Amino acid sequence: MEVCSSDGFNVTLREFGCEQCLLSRPDGSSSFIQGDTSVLAAVYGPAEVKVSKEIYDRATLEVVIQTKVGLPSVKERSQEQCVRETCEASLLSSLHPRSSLTLILQVLHNDGSLLSCFLNAACMAFMDAGLPMSCLFCGVTCAIARDGQVITDPTATQEKESRALLTFAIDSTEQKVLMSSTKGSFSVHELQECIAISQMASEKIFQFYRESVQRRYSKTL
Amino acid sequence: MESCLKVKVGAVLLPGDVFTFIKTDTISLTESLKDEKIICGPGLRRNGDDVVVCKSGVLRHKNPNLYWVDSQQRRYVPVKGESVIGIVTTKSGDVFKVDVGGSEQASLSYLAFEGATKRNRPNVQVGDLVYAQFLIANKDMEPELVCIDSSGRANGLGVFGAGGLLFKGSLGLVRRLLTPQNEILKDLEKLYPCELVLGMNGRLWVRAASVQKTLIVANLLESSENMSAQQRRTLFKRVADGNL
Repeated sequence: MEVCSSDGFNVTLREFGCEQCLLSRPDGSSSFIQGDTSVLAAVYGPAEVKVSKEIYDRATLEVVIQTKVGLPSVKERSQEQCVRETCEASLLSSLHPRSSLTLILQVLHNDGSLLSCFLNAACMAFMDAGLPMSCLFCGVTCAIARDGQVITDPTATQEKESRALLTFAIDSTEQKVLMSSTKGSFSVHELQECIAISQMASEKIFQFYRESVQRRYSKTL
Repeated sequence: MESCLKVKVGAVLLPGDVFTFIKTDTISLTESLKDEKIICGPGLRRNGDDVVVCKSGVLRHKNPNLYWVDSQQRRYVPVKGESVIGIVTTKSGDVFKVDVGGSEQASLSYLAFEGATKRNRPNVQVGDLVYAQFLIANKDMEPELVCIDSSGRANGLGVFGAGGLLFKGSLGLVRRLLTPQNEILKDLEKLYPCELVLGMNGRLWVRAASVQKTLIVANLLESSENMSAQQRRTLFKRVADGNL
């Protein structure tokens, strides 16, 4: 939400909140809050899969996004595609062939950076369900304002006033970009700058994941 | 590498954490090179020369060289040799199909019961509970259950379940209840006499003297998962006093 300088120092993000294992029916669930944007994720799997959808050597991942009001539209379908590609890159789905993994994301409140909130909630839910992963992933959104300044984790008003909006999914082992989804016009130099800023922001997010999971396991007897 | 694993025993690890073999650039001239052997349990995978963590949880260690990640999970994945509670769903041909809570149903042959022959078929109906062991359980094949051990005797396996209650807990709760000399079962023994069957797939079956006592024991077991030892003892004491 805060503006950061163009050489990429002082990446500031909104306040995070996260809770795991809050729903009793799914195998894994989590809720992720970034500022005012709040998303609930639930994971079921590895479970039975329909013969028409089964893949012989990998698990079939299905992502469903539910908005707060209305039926899912083309926009939700394209967001589902982005989330699914990121998850398939980091889950070890070859350990569960001919099974299905279902991820359901429910929007509780949208105040900007929704796609990155989906990615963060999905990663926490997979960890809660105990699905084997090769690495963690996180989502970071950058908005380029009309004067060229880069804003990380923008709110809805900042997104509306920006000239470009870029979301990246970053992995935890090598800080590489797993998925990118962009809207608007920007130069190649600005793209590289946003990727670098997202990689720096992702370190903070992974640190937050670590602290959340440590707090969760601190109560084991 | 064993030293960097030993340091982290008891710490919380996340997927993607890597433990590498320390490259022997500095070979000591006085100590001989020892071969390190590490057994990776659930949650750890070998990736070339590295050991990579693939589930989030606490790193545990058992002498001499067994390491694994203890994670809290609800979904069961069949593993060879584990004893589980299954529900018979269909009888087809010479085989029963049993639901064990995994990604596909397991098969249980008619002949895998004590004293069963082609003429003397076991008395198993659809909907019965069976306590069975996995004979085959890997990611590529359909899981197979048996109700006899390698010498042909039942040894506690088989059909059961008249008059009790089946409920589901997490996998960690069942593992805790199965450790020898665990405190939850010791406290429970003092409370009511009851019969208990624990399946490694997270299913528990209880039978006590009356329906009410059965329900009480089931609720106590479910709630003891999230309590500390002190809270659990106060709860058990309250139940013991309240019902006398």
